[in-house]
Amino acid sequence: MFAPGFAPRRVVVTGMGIASPLGLGVEHVWKRLINGESGISAIQSFDVKDLPAKIAGQVPHGSKAEHGLDLNEWIPVKEQKKMARFIHLAWVAAAEAIEDSGWAPEDEEGRRATGVMIGSGIGGLETIQEAGALVANGRTRRLSPFFIPSALVNLASGQVSIRYGFKGPNHSAVTACATGVHAIGDAARLIALGDADVMVAGGAEAAICELGIGGFCAARALSTGFNDRPQAASRPWDRDRDGFVMGEGAGVLVLEEYEHARRRGAKIYAEVIGYGMSGDAHHITAPAEDGDGGYRAMKAALRSAGLSPADVQYVNAHGTSTPMGDDIELAAVERLWGDAAKGLAMSSTKSATGHLLGAAGAVEGIFSILAVRDGVAPPTLNLENPSRESPIDRVAKTAQERPIRVALSNSFGFGGTNASVIFRGAP
Amino acid sequence: MSETADKVKKIVVEHLGVEEAKVTPEASFIDDLGADSLDTVELVMAFEEAFGVEIPDDAAEKIQTVKDAIEFIEKQQASA
Repeated sequence: MFAPGFAPRRVVVTGMGIASPLGLGVEHVWKRLINGESGISAIQSFDVKDLPAKIAGQVPHGSKAEHGLDLNEWIPVKEQKKMARFIHLAWVAAAEAIEDSGWAPEDEEGRRATGVMIGSGIGGLETIQEAGALVANGRTRRLSPFFIPSALVNLASGQVSIRYGFKGPNHSAVTACATGVHAIGDAARLIALGDADVMVAGGAEAAICELGIGGFCAARALSTGFNDRPQAASRPWDRDRDGFVMGEGAGVLVLEEYEHARRRGAKIYAEVIGYGMSGDAHHITAPAEDGDGGYRAMKAALRSAGLSPADVQYVNAHGTSTPMGDDIELAAVERLWGDAAKGLAMSSTKSATGHLLGAAGAVEGIFSILAVRDGVAPPTLNLENPSRESPIDRVAKTAQERPIRVALSNSFGFGGTNASVIFRGAP
Repeated sequence: MSETADKVKKIVVEHLGVEEAKVTPEASFIDDLGADSLDTVELVMAFEEAFGVEIPDDAAEKIQTVKDAIEFIEKQQASA
């Protein structure tokens, strides 16, 4: 598959974009995150009276100036209806990331060397719900010709490639809540192996609809005890946590081969230095109790980076605020870091954003990069009474200034899929 | 302009996101108004919904301009 003497190439991050419950725009969202603000609120877009979970992390409506989302400012009206909401969010985050990177290939060679890998955990769920209602009401013939291309997961990558003319690898990760990390890691490997020079990579999710909330409620995964106090509902590691809070949004990174970025004088945020994956082979929704899946993903990422645990100063945890998952991940990190756990900071930014499912890994990857850039560990909100003690500093409630040179971000998904990615400051 | 023509024009403007002035009777959905094949399928469905008529696939294929649409719908309405 590779020529003799082949050596993988270095990959750096040159652009970032976020649409999230904390608003639109990387710097705006980061500032709110560091300030300890929450993006969780009551669901307004549909009637929740039959649903036990009534809150979510929703991308705020508003103008660009307000860091909110007004689709008419971003996507031609005629095109909007051809995309489910997760693609709208991917489009917005990709636009920010691509503009931020300054990469606008002017020739065919440059366009062919630029690919897209934006995944989603579920895809156009609300669109599927609406189409299903037509079928249930005997109106199957009224299905829109745009229904399928609007709902398909890989159409986020497809739409972004069409808009910008990027003709390189066009791919999508679909690994539930591990999607975002898989997209970053796999896209970085495509660059490292020479399939592309630039990849627009990330994840997008918009599953806040009756089908999404109802489905995760049925699986007993969502918080239901804090409907009257939405901002207190996502509380990773806290003894009163009772499930995750659904979030929506998108995170997109422009990944680029190091020399390519250097030659064009691009601003470099960080280098992607490690990536590891594993499977639990245990249960469809529950993590294995020994945490071995997460442990092996992190270990594989460290191995690929050529680092030992003590070289990592910050972990952005999967930490969804579920009774089981949080402490299992904590134990896996403690086991891997050993004596170095004392010096480690680990926080869950899902405490502020909710769980963005397939977008989580991408948005949290960006947070990890900014933690390295600014030397700040973002807080774990609502961590008032940890369900157990740990030598690891979980950055309870308030952000901390810390020397962070290397950060690792975890994402674990249904089906027992685990992925970890490691970033280091700009070379 | 007939009521039907007015309504057709409005639907075309809304679905294809084009300026009203461009929606002349002779305008071709694909060549003049920027529609692709899926847009025209959706447009025909919108006509069916708005006018309560059925437009079979073979007839839909012949509806290529604004005038084609108006004439087809008026004929359907007259025979109903």
